[in-house]
Amino acid sequence: MTDKELEILATKARLLILEGVHCAKSGHPGGSLSCADAMTVLYFDEMNVDPTDPRNPDRDRFVLSKGHCAPALYAALALRGFFPPEEMRTLRSINSHLSGHPDMEFVKGVDMSTGSLGQGISTAVGMAIAAKLTGKSYRTYSILGDGEIAEGQVWEAAMAAAKWKLDNLCALVDVNGLQIDGKTEDVMPLEPIDKKFEAFGWHVVKVDGHNYSEIKNALSEARATKDRPTVILLKTVKGKGVSYMENVAGWHGKAPNDEQYEIAKAEVEAHLAELEG
Amino acid sequence: MGERKATRAAYGETLVELGAKYPKLVVLDADLSGATYSNKFAAKYPDRFFNCGIAEQNMAGIAAGMAAAGLMPFTNSFAMFATGRAFEQIRNSIAYPKLNVKVVGSHGGPSVGEDGATHQMNEDIAIMRAIPNMMVVVPCDTYEMDLAVRALAEYEGPAYLRMCRYATERVTDAIEGYSFELGKGCTLRDGSDVTVIATGITVPMALEAAELMASEGVSVRVIDMHTVKPLDTELTIKAAKETGCIVTVEEASIIGGLGSAVCEAVSGACPVPVVRHGVPDVFGRSGSAAQLLEFFGLTPEGIAAKVKEALKLK
Repeated sequence: MTDKELEILATKARLLILEGVHCAKSGHPGGSLSCADAMTVLYFDEMNVDPTDPRNPDRDRFVLSKGHCAPALYAALALRGFFPPEEMRTLRSINSHLSGHPDMEFVKGVDMSTGSLGQGISTAVGMAIAAKLTGKSYRTYSILGDGEIAEGQVWEAAMAAAKWKLDNLCALVDVNGLQIDGKTEDVMPLEPIDKKFEAFGWHVVKVDGHNYSEIKNALSEARATKDRPTVILLKTVKGKGVSYMENVAGWHGKAPNDEQYEIAKAEVEAHLAELEG
Repeated sequence: MGERKATRAAYGETLVELGAKYPKLVVLDADLSGATYSNKFAAKYPDRFFNCGIAEQNMAGIAAGMAAAGLMPFTNSFAMFATGRAFEQIRNSIAYPKLNVKVVGSHGGPSVGEDGATHQMNEDIAIMRAIPNMMVVVPCDTYEMDLAVRALAEYEGPAYLRMCRYATERVTDAIEGYSFELGKGCTLRDGSDVTVIATGITVPMALEAAELMASEGVSVRVIDMHTVKPLDTELTIKAAKETGCIVTVEEASIIGGLGSAVCEAVSGACPVPVVRHGVPDVFGRSGSAAQLLEFFGLTPEGIAAKVKEALKLK
């Protein structure tokens, strides 16, 4: 898929994310917007998934380890055809399958229930081991938040992935530099993230997390890397695409009010019109 | 008298046997495979054994991912770390998505012995029982353990299997009419004055206590409640109605475990006096297993004393 086609889809995903969070009057727009481009590349260019056969045992797997960014995953799944995009309006409501954090039991296309940080990556390791053990060629992908990697379990999983030489596993860290309480470097310094993963036995690729070609190339490099897992460090802007949300920690877990939503929607729609025009 | 052997040893042997029957059976451990007896499986099926190192949270997560991909994982560690350290991983990554993971905790309760309080898990039954979708199974001897492991391999869903370090007597195989079914308690001895509902290694003690009380003219019913969750409420309420009082016995905290489950069952349907016997609201301590069981009154004599307490409340 061309970069432009991907950008159009990612922009549509941003509109769905904003619509969902606005309708729900709660949720996590900042991190959803920062990982929307990588999510789009995964679901439209990289992964072997089929909306008409969501439980196919040979499909590629995806685990949203930073489960609070469910709106980004739901938007990608909706655009990919797993369920109607209009359902984003039911996000977080009591009778909706689109709960605040992804639930594999109810959402078509969700491969693992997540939400408690640090846990998703371990389950992705389990899926990758299962593929090796059963001789299946599917690959497993997982997006983590940068704040999330303060969880010790992430590093337990990182050690295990290297031990079992999981070259069928690709983690992506959304390095937007912000978490609920502020800058990651203030809350708990994480850098150098690349050196840490290298020391844990991973192949590391650093890219601009909003550059489709760079993300595609990194994913292809991950596929070509043998005998060790790959982590792609996505340098991103939290709140990407909405001027007043960009690089503002306050938009981690807050929904825009009606007025703010109209401004955000207008900005993203204008960008979409530009792309499609 | 039946052979004395720890339930964990029987578990290890059965697991090896099941390896042939279930190609999707995978076994995970966290650096305690000699103590949990998962090393037997590791020796026979090295490709299906995964030593996760001292990282129980990650082990639980890996097992969840394996189950989501169609495998049948059994995770192993001491009860303390299997359920305590990894509690939230079990809750959110295994039980919430209803994944087919069997969490196996060895070294449950004070009979761990000399290692002391940090390694004596008395709260595991309570915390596992509190999680929706979780089954909790505590076999009482090696014969029952073998049957429980086979049944759990057939059961599709999350479950906690508790076993202990201490070698105890095998009793169930010699009892006429004994049968094992998950979720169904088994009446090992009939009686009409009082019912002792026991789980785990306290079951053989309860049978001895019943014998002691018989010599005093008291007729004690003994129920082996190997499945603490879902509790066999039918059998429990029947016992409440027919014998009028109950003593629960577990080698675990009296807060939240079998005793609590029985109280919850009878309080709404047939409120009768229930004396909960087990580890009170305290931590364990070092000592030999036998000394610690004696310390907490988890002996035939200790149980008999509780039976007398219950009878007075009738």
